[in-house]
Amino acid sequence: MNNAITIFRREMRSYFNSPVAYIVITLFLLVSGYFFSSTLFVNNSADLRSLFGIAGFILMLFTPAVTMRLLAEERRAGTIEILVTLPVKDEEIVVGKFLAGFALTALSIILTFIAYLTIASLGNADFGAAFGGYLGLILMGGVYVAIGLFTSSLSPNQIIAFIVGFVIIFAFFMLDKILPFLPDALTSFFEYLSIDYHYGNISRGVIDSRDLIYYFSMIFFFLYLAVKMTQLRKWR
Amino acid sequence: MIEVTNLTKRYGETVAVDDISFSVPTGQVLGFLGPNGAGKTTSVRIITCYMPPTSGTVTVDGLDVVEQSMEVRKKIGYLPESAPLYPDMDVIEYLEYILSLRGGPKSERRRRIKQVVEMCGLGEVIARGIGELSKGFRQRVGLAQAMIHNPEILVLDEPTVGLDPNQIVEIRNLIKALGRQKTVILCTHILPEVEATCDQVMIIDRGKIVANGTPETLQHSLSGKTVVNIEINQQPDTVRGPLMSIDGVEDLKTYPVNGTTRCELVCRQGFDPREAIFHKVVENRWVLLEMKQEVSSLEDVFRKLTKGGRDE
Repeated sequence: MNNAITIFRREMRSYFNSPVAYIVITLFLLVSGYFFSSTLFVNNSADLRSLFGIAGFILMLFTPAVTMRLLAEERRAGTIEILVTLPVKDEEIVVGKFLAGFALTALSIILTFIAYLTIASLGNADFGAAFGGYLGLILMGGVYVAIGLFTSSLSPNQIIAFIVGFVIIFAFFMLDKILPFLPDALTSFFEYLSIDYHYGNISRGVIDSRDLIYYFSMIFFFLYLAVKMTQLRKWR
Repeated sequence: MIEVTNLTKRYGETVAVDDISFSVPTGQVLGFLGPNGAGKTTSVRIITCYMPPTSGTVTVDGLDVVEQSMEVRKKIGYLPESAPLYPDMDVIEYLEYILSLRGGPKSERRRRIKQVVEMCGLGEVIARGIGELSKGFRQRVGLAQAMIHNPEILVLDEPTVGLDPNQIVEIRNLIKALGRQKTVILCTHILPEVEATCDQVMIIDRGKIVANGTPETLQHSLSGKTVVNIEINQQPDTVRGPLMSIDGVEDLKTYPVNGTTRCELVCRQGFDPREAIFHKVVENRWVLLEMKQEVSSLEDVFRKLTKGGRDE
């Protein structure tokens, strides 16, 4: 696990040594802040629903941009060859990189806490709902980062990583929007697979183990796929 | 000690390495020669645990590269082709990163990095970003990375590509110095590099080993006909007849140069015609401007072995 942390540290340093982290955080805060504040006084209600609604959407574009470089660039530059011939397990590489993408995403989300402080000073804010919303958002970010990391493992091309990542995330996001068109037997299954459905549950402030299990198994599944992709070279 | 037994690697239909076996004794420098695409990099990637073989085994000090991969990796330092590094890191930062992934006691890391930086001559660039370094320095950072944990075995894939002549000499000297204590596998398609640094040479072509031995044995066993180049102050037509009449000369090419003639005489194997040429020149009262016998170099051996098959 020490190795995963070493890799995590390097990736974080690389995010913050380049403009990537700053641009990403600033854009995220600007866009989410704009949509939050533009409807705040119209709705005249001290809640963060508008923020959480829009943040879910922004994350769809934002996380693949954060993760696209992580594995694809190693392959393009050939640095992966040194990395995987060190006494480091492929799992440790993937986990370290996941943690870095996740930390940057979570940091951006947490920085929007300023919105909560705003509404708390204006009216009677519901801390429980805000906490649930943030937890849901961060877990959703985790799933997106895992998907993005997986697509980054597909090819040496970052653009492909970004686009395929976005498409997969978008598909999981839209699953519960197509439920009316599905046969009844499939609805509950597709509903369970939908990211937005679980996000809706948690952001109401209800923390159910089913939702948590969903998020963690999604993260695990895509990290597993990313490890398998990194190990493709081991095919005989 | 590296032992490769019946190693085969296929990528789908293509056979990159075809049933090769060889061994590298501890403390030897093995020059791994071959044209581009011959299977050098594939073999080396299997030895360094980057990927497993399709069939056959590779053991490093008795440890199998597939079964005991983590143990083998600790023994090997690997510089892949074109020295891939992270351009966004400083040299010192990068070396610390690699060493911490390599493990080992924390207290000794500083000292070890200092040693390696000194050996590779990286002192002046230690705080610079890798992205802004010249190719030569980047290559040296790659080398420093490979030997940072003081491995018993170094695997270097074309370490001098893209360097200027001075840098090439420096890197070669470094490899030579390292070869005194370590087992080194040096992949290259540059022949003087092998002649300058290696104890053992192996030539690989299209996945098969075509020659294996010391640089000297290879030269001797495969040296072909003797070639002598001379320059005479006469017209080509004048010298042709007399020169062809020398015993042992099998072929003669002449090129007129500014009123003189350059000739390339090809003679039977093991036959030295220089004395006869000299007498012939004196006899005809010509002036001999230049005479040089071409010794078949490793380069010829290499060309013969790797090109000959292609003409079939």
